[in-house]
Amino acid sequence: MERDDLIEYSLHNHHDETTGKSIRKKILQVTILLTIITTVEVLLGAMIKQSSDAWAYVKWSFIIMTLVKAAYIVMVFMHLGDEKKALRNVILIPYGIFILYLIFIGLWEAKEVSSALRSFGF
Amino acid sequence: MAGHTTQLDAKTLWGGKESPFQTSYGKLMMWFFLVSDALTFSGLLIAYGFTRHDAQDAWPIGEETFNSMPFLGHGYPLLYVALMTFILIVSSVTMVLAVEAGHRMDRKGVTNWMIATIIGGFFFVGSQAWEWSHFIHGSEFGKIELADGSQAIVKGHFGEIKNFTVLESGKSHKVGEVMKEDLMHEFQHAAEKGHLEGGNIHFADGTVAKINKAKDHEMKLIIKKSGSQFETGGAAITGAAAEKLYYEALYSGEANRVVYGANLKQNEYGPQQYAQFFFFITGFHGFHVFSGVMINIIILLGVLAGTYHKRGHYEMVEKTGLYWHFVDLVWVFVFTFFYLI
Repeated sequence: MERDDLIEYSLHNHHDETTGKSIRKKILQVTILLTIITTVEVLLGAMIKQSSDAWAYVKWSFIIMTLVKAAYIVMVFMHLGDEKKALRNVILIPYGIFILYLIFIGLWEAKEVSSALRSFGF
Repeated sequence: MAGHTTQLDAKTLWGGKESPFQTSYGKLMMWFFLVSDALTFSGLLIAYGFTRHDAQDAWPIGEETFNSMPFLGHGYPLLYVALMTFILIVSSVTMVLAVEAGHRMDRKGVTNWMIATIIGGFFFVGSQAWEWSHFIHGSEFGKIELADGSQAIVKGHFGEIKNFTVLESGKSHKVGEVMKEDLMHEFQHAAEKGHLEGGNIHFADGTVAKINKAKDHEMKLIIKKSGSQFETGGAAITGAAAEKLYYEALYSGEANRVVYGANLKQNEYGPQQYAQFFFFITGFHGFHVFSGVMINIIILLGVLAGTYHKRGHYEMVEKTGLYWHFVDLVWVFVFTFFYLI
């Protein structure tokens, strides 16, 4: 049955030229930021060797910079920051919990498997 | 943007009209799809992390493996992938501008930005094809198994092979003949089969020829699998010592001492799983990019035909935009975990 009383949410996203201008300005700012972060990452990666003492810090800074980039892409480019709070939470919270668990279990198991293999001489 | 604040009475609310997320069905489903796709990619990257954690020092390092540029040769660590990342970020930006134009019902703007996005997407897919081809063909040195059983990857400038001078005649070549064609290919093929001995190359037809080759420069051996003498994680072997070890192994006349490039059975960069993860993760991502470009083209046709303009909103552009940004998002993670760390 076709329903004509449903709310057409797609129509609520329109904006005028003034709002558009400020949105475009924000897009430009985010673009510059993402480019700078990527450049810094490449420079660090090319200059600091994995064998150096500073590598542990570099590695963590890579992870943090990646998360910052990801946050800007999801919140600004994908407009998740502009959606209802409920929608944002439904997307991010279950995913976050599950992935943190998976990372923990994956890396922990890797350590155990590695030491087990080594103790059996592989 | 989702500032929808219509007052609704109880009858409307309980009639199933009002969505708690105040967003359309299509957009919500796209988000749910993206969450599930994100789980797939996370699973792949975590599996990669597991294997890498397990292999430790033997694992290849991004800047050692990916240091080539088209037309420029070697010695540009990570520059090419950085360029690819930049291309993808830019095409993500043009997409978000297309979405913004759509919110203003600016059909011309949507068309132009969509075209720019599609061009960026093709550039990325093309770059990835180059990267794959380079990864599969490998370096001129390959990975070598040294006399003590350790395995090393080799860096440096490979001296050009000038020609082969025939020393013993075979079926198709006579003594004194100078062979000038397909030298590198013949050389690598013979090296894999163990048909290089003491500076000479042995062909299947019985011909034996002397290899005239320019000297290599700045050779460096990095141990990736421990043997009885050399261990992983130590300093690289350089200079004359490296050259001696390398050519001792290459000209030993034994088969399978050297590996060039990568396939699903072996690769020159490190453990076997490394190439498999490379092919699977970047391949799966590349497939996403390719589908994204195709979907963008279909939507562009819709924009050109005026379908969305008649509908009164450009939400289809927004939905494909979500998918396109997601592809960019995944690449950000692949770039960090595959190439940088």
